[in-house]
Parts: sequence; structure tokens; C-alpha cells
Amino acid sequence: MYQYDKFDQAIVDARVEEFRDQVNRRINGEMTEDQFKPLRLMNGLYLQLHAYMLRVAIPYGTLSGKQMRMLGHIARKYDRDYGHFTTRQNIQYNWIKLEDTPDILADLASVEMHAIQTSGNCIRNISSDQYAGAAADEVADPRPWAELLRQWSTFHPEFSYLPRKFKIAVIASQEDRAAMRLHDIGLELVMRDGVLGARVFVGGGMGRTPMIAPEIAEFVKADDLLSYLEACLRVYNRYGRRDNAYKARIKILIHELGADEYRRQVAEEFAHVKTLGIDPPLAELERISAYFAPPAYEQGLSDEIDRSNPAFAHWVDQNVKAHKQPGYAIVNISLKPVGGIPGDASSDQIDLMADLAEKYGFDELRVTHAQNIVLPFVAKRDLFTVWQALDAAGIANANLDLVTDIIACPGLDYCSLANARSIPVAQKIAERFADAERQRDIGELKLKISGCINACGHHHAGHIGILGVDKKGVENYQLTLGGSGAEDVSIGKITGPGFDEDGIVDAVERAVEKYRAVRVEGERFIDTYRRVGADSFKEAIYG
Amino acid sequence: MVDVIRFRDDAANDQPLVSVEALSGQTNATAVRLESDEDARALLPYLNQLALIEVAFPTFRDGRGYSAARILREAGFTGELRAQGDVLVDQIPSMRRCGFDSFIANAPVDQATLDKSLNRYDHVYQPAADAALPVWKLRHG
Repeated sequence: MYQYDKFDQAIVDARVEEFRDQVNRRINGEMTEDQFKPLRLMNGLYLQLHAYMLRVAIPYGTLSGKQMRMLGHIARKYDRDYGHFTTRQNIQYNWIKLEDTPDILADLASVEMHAIQTSGNCIRNISSDQYAGAAADEVADPRPWAELLRQWSTFHPEFSYLPRKFKIAVIASQEDRAAMRLHDIGLELVMRDGVLGARVFVGGGMGRTPMIAPEIAEFVKADDLLSYLEACLRVYNRYGRRDNAYKARIKILIHELGADEYRRQVAEEFAHVKTLGIDPPLAELERISAYFAPPAYEQGLSDEIDRSNPAFAHWVDQNVKAHKQPGYAIVNISLKPVGGIPGDASSDQIDLMADLAEKYGFDELRVTHAQNIVLPFVAKRDLFTVWQALDAAGIANANLDLVTDIIACPGLDYCSLANARSIPVAQKIAERFADAERQRDIGELKLKISGCINACGHHHAGHIGILGVDKKGVENYQLTLGGSGAEDVSIGKITGPGFDEDGIVDAVERAVEKYRAVRVEGERFIDTYRRVGADSFKEAIYG
Repeated sequence: MVDVIRFRDDAANDQPLVSVEALSGQTNATAVRLESDEDARALLPYLNQLALIEVAFPTFRDGRGYSAARILREAGFTGELRAQGDVLVDQIPSMRRCGFDSFIANAPVDQATLDKSLNRYDHVYQPAADAALPVWKLRHG
């Protein structure tokens, strides 16, 4: 894992003092709320329905046991004993007091963490593949590139007041576990003639106008990457729309210009920017990469797993994934208990996951965009012990990628933007499909719920998506089918009229039963939907 | 009396500001105002005659002026580059990095707060229009 040197630490420490000063000026009345708002937002502090909400950055979703434990400490000391892991691999706390925030940031800085640029119209936390460094199908570890981008984008003086927020994801596998093409910029690392570089996709996103990012460059070398990205961002900063916040994301600019014209403008800007010498030498990427060297695996470990405990065997089948190192496995910890709040974890659960990472996982954890946690480096001989500990803490849910592994935004229970509640809908659907055998029979089904058009719950990318809207003062839920955030990326299509809270649960069940009735061997829900088409599903749903 | 915060030692330019459009007809104009939706590159043919370029910030959220400043400095402009409008004290350090060296802010700027914020960070991660060396340069020489 990356470790701060004196420069990184000095920058984060200075940030704590800067924010302390800003908070003091606000509390003393030297600043109005209007003046304070852009400053707190640049630091992940939102004013929500009931309290301040603080979003803490987890760069590319990677953290150590010590860092994880600090997240538990913050939940215990400054919040209500839990935190919420988000679809951007971050964590947010829902009940924060303004006057505590400088101390929270100081606590975070003591373990090389921060809340820099977790909101605001700037470059946000860089996201990545939660299996980075462990996946058998990766051409390289994407995390050094993500760290390079983290540093480059931190307090970037030109790009702190963009037309709108800006999200970048980096992957290095053909299998896309990070919804790469639904980001403002998606980078896919590829090897060409023995040289590692990036395919660059620009202009994807969800929100009210979902778009899949087109490819803008087929190959950018590592030592050109930052110049190329500066060119991409500069064209956007100058020409992205600022007259309407809903049309201000880069996807709209690219849609209006066309990908070819945007590509041409970027190429022209790149030819100029490349002369400025802003790219670090390759030695910097090598320096960072050294921190991500593979852990000291034990050699010659067995791949045998004792499956005599049936509950354990189900968990292994569903939540444990193949590792590139013999004798090891990737463990997914689902934060989706039936009846729970998707992505929430208590301080004690956070501590336990930190303990397990330290004892059995080479001191490393990942947060996934599906709001789960990963232990990327666990020896197969330790799987049963890890499972027992998780089970005792209530987080051995064997439902990864099943219908109850629901992504949901905080919705109207917390969020000031929401039109409808998401959490109760997620809970009712999970209860409806609680039967474990039925879930396994249904198989992979990505169900995603957003409480408003901003789509934080990724409903456009759900095999089944649910969008909460306000219909004349009543919560109403629209159903979309056929979306995907993976390498088979697609945007879901709305089925028809919306439903009330109980109606949407019934509608989901009818769609699922339609799939079970017409599927052929080996088909997932999404495959069947794509084969038979929307109409026959509509008929099943609306009769 | 307009309050100008200035980080230059030369004498201030007191010529009237002309618009970008008017510039092409006025070969003796030395000061120009760039609105936030105007293309900074339209000024490149005139850089030798200009002593002052004022860039408008109609709201603090409008960040186009940061790119305008960098483009002008990258093209070799060494005259006064001024940010005018809804310029907040906490934005001035980034503006300095992009090449601005004078400021006229709608709301009064507290000098002590500004001094503190300009001196807060010893290090930067990326090169810009100022002389600060990025940390990768300090790491690798």
C-alpha cells in the first residue's frame, strides 16, 4: 500500500489547519454560510436534512487495518457508532457536528487519510477495481496510476472550480468491476508492444442524462498521461456549460460537440500542454509502484477448502473469488444483511474487519462501489476462521451479486436532494427475497436504487434499477431494466408507469419470476432480458 | 477608490480597460478586460502591447478564468494579470498559482487571513504558472 512521505504528510497536515481556520471563521461569524459553503464542500462536508454529513476519501478504495480502525473510532467518537460506505469507495458519517470536523480531520491525517475533494466541482476521489493486485485477469496493478492521479489532482489550481464535479476511474482488466465507462474519465490500462499505457474514455456518467463514455484516445503512454488529462480537463473547464447545473457535466459537452470534435480539441490542447513539462518522470510512477509490490505470499499452500459446513460452503461459493496467487483467495464481505441498510457498518464491525485484515489479509482492505468490503489477500486455509468471525459479527452474508446485494443511496432518510426514500425499499425487497435458496437460484442480479434523479444509487446501471420520484407529494418508484455497469455496459430502460412502495416490490418480483420462467441454461437475468426483449417483461410486470 | 491587491513591484497601469473586441482597432491600448466567456487566445496577437489584462469572475463558481490565466502565462505574458469580481480570499492562492498577480475583489479581503492562506502550503503536487516546484521534482531532482 502507498505510504505518505514527508511531502504528502505536510500537505495533508496543512489542510487540517486550513480547514480549522475556515471553521473558526465560520463559527466566529467572519464568514456567512454562503461564503463557507464552497469551502466546506471542497472538504466533503455537506449540510443534510438533519445534520452535517462528512465524506472521507478512501483513495481507490484501498486502506490498511489501522486506517479502517480509525474509521471505526470516528464513528464511535463523533457519530452514532456507524458509518456508510458509498458507491465511490468512500465512507460518510451522517451525524457530524461542525465544531468537531477539524479534530476529525486531524485524526484522519494521523493515519494518512483526508476528506480532500470528496465534494465540490473538482476532481473527486479516484476510483478503481477492488480486486487490484489480486485479480488474475489484470495486465497491471491500476493502483499506482490511481495514486499518481490522486497527487496530480489534489488542489489542482486550474481545476478546482470546474463546471461540475469530475470523477475518474482506473481499471486494468477486461472485466470491469468499477463501472469505468460511467465516469467523466475512465482509464483502462492496456499493454501495447510491451509498453503499458491507457485507453481513455471521456464523457460517461449517470445522473439525469446517463451516458456511456466514448473512447477518446486508444493509447496514451504513462509519461504523457497527465498532460493528456490536463488537455481533457482544460477543454472542459473552458467550454463546459455553466448556464445550467444539470447540463454542466462533461458528458453534455461531448454529446453537444460530438466525440470527434472533442477529440480534435483535446489533441490540439495536448500538443501545447505537452511542451510545458508537467509530466513527472517515469521514476515517479516506479517509486509509487514499489509500494504496491505483492505481499509476502507463503509458497506451496494448498488450494483445498474443507466444505463440510454447508453455510460456509455457500459463502465460499458466493463471496470468495479466484486469486492470482495459488493457495490464496479474494474475500468479499457483504454489508447487505437482509433488513439492514446497504453499505452501513457499525464501529464494532469496522474494527473486526480491520482485525481480520491484519491477522489474515496482509493488512489490507478495499471498499467496493457496490458498498461492500474486500479482503484481497486471504490464504484459503484461513477462510473458515475468517468466516466464523464474520458470522459472529453478522456480516457473513452469502449474497454477493445476488438480488439482495442491493446498492442504495441514503435517500430521503438523510439526503437533502432526495425525492423519495431508498432504504426502506431496499429492505422490503431484501425481505421479499430473503430465502437463500431462491436467491441462489435467481443468480447474479444487480439491483440498484436511487432516491432521486441524481442517480447516486446507480439505478441506470442496474440489471434492475429503481428510481424514486416525487409524484404530487407522494413517493413513487419507477422501474428500469437492462442496465449494466460492467464490461457489458448499458443504460437501463424505464418499463412504464411507476409504483408505490409496496407496488415496486411486487413489480420486481414479477420481473424476476418472468426471468425464471423463460431463462435458458446459463443465462443471467440480464442475458435473458437482452434476449427476449423489454416487451415481454413489460407484459409480465403490467399484465 | 478601488482596492487593488497587487503582487508586483512595477508602477500600476492606469490606462482605461478596453474590451477584447475593441482591441483590434486600438493599436495603442495597453489594458484589456477579458470576460469569463471570452477566449483568452484571442489576446495572443496583442500580448506585446499589453501591460494589464483583467479577467472577470462574475461568480466565484465560474472557474474559466483560471484556465485563461494559465494560457496567457504559458504564451509568455509577463504583464499584470488581474482577477476582478467575486474573488474569495480562499481562492487567491490557486489564482496566484495560475498566474494572477493582482486582484480586485467585490467583498473586502482580510489581509491577515490572506497572508496566512498564501503561506500555508509549503508544497504542491503539480507544476502551474508559478515558480513552485512540484513534489515529484523534489523527490527526483
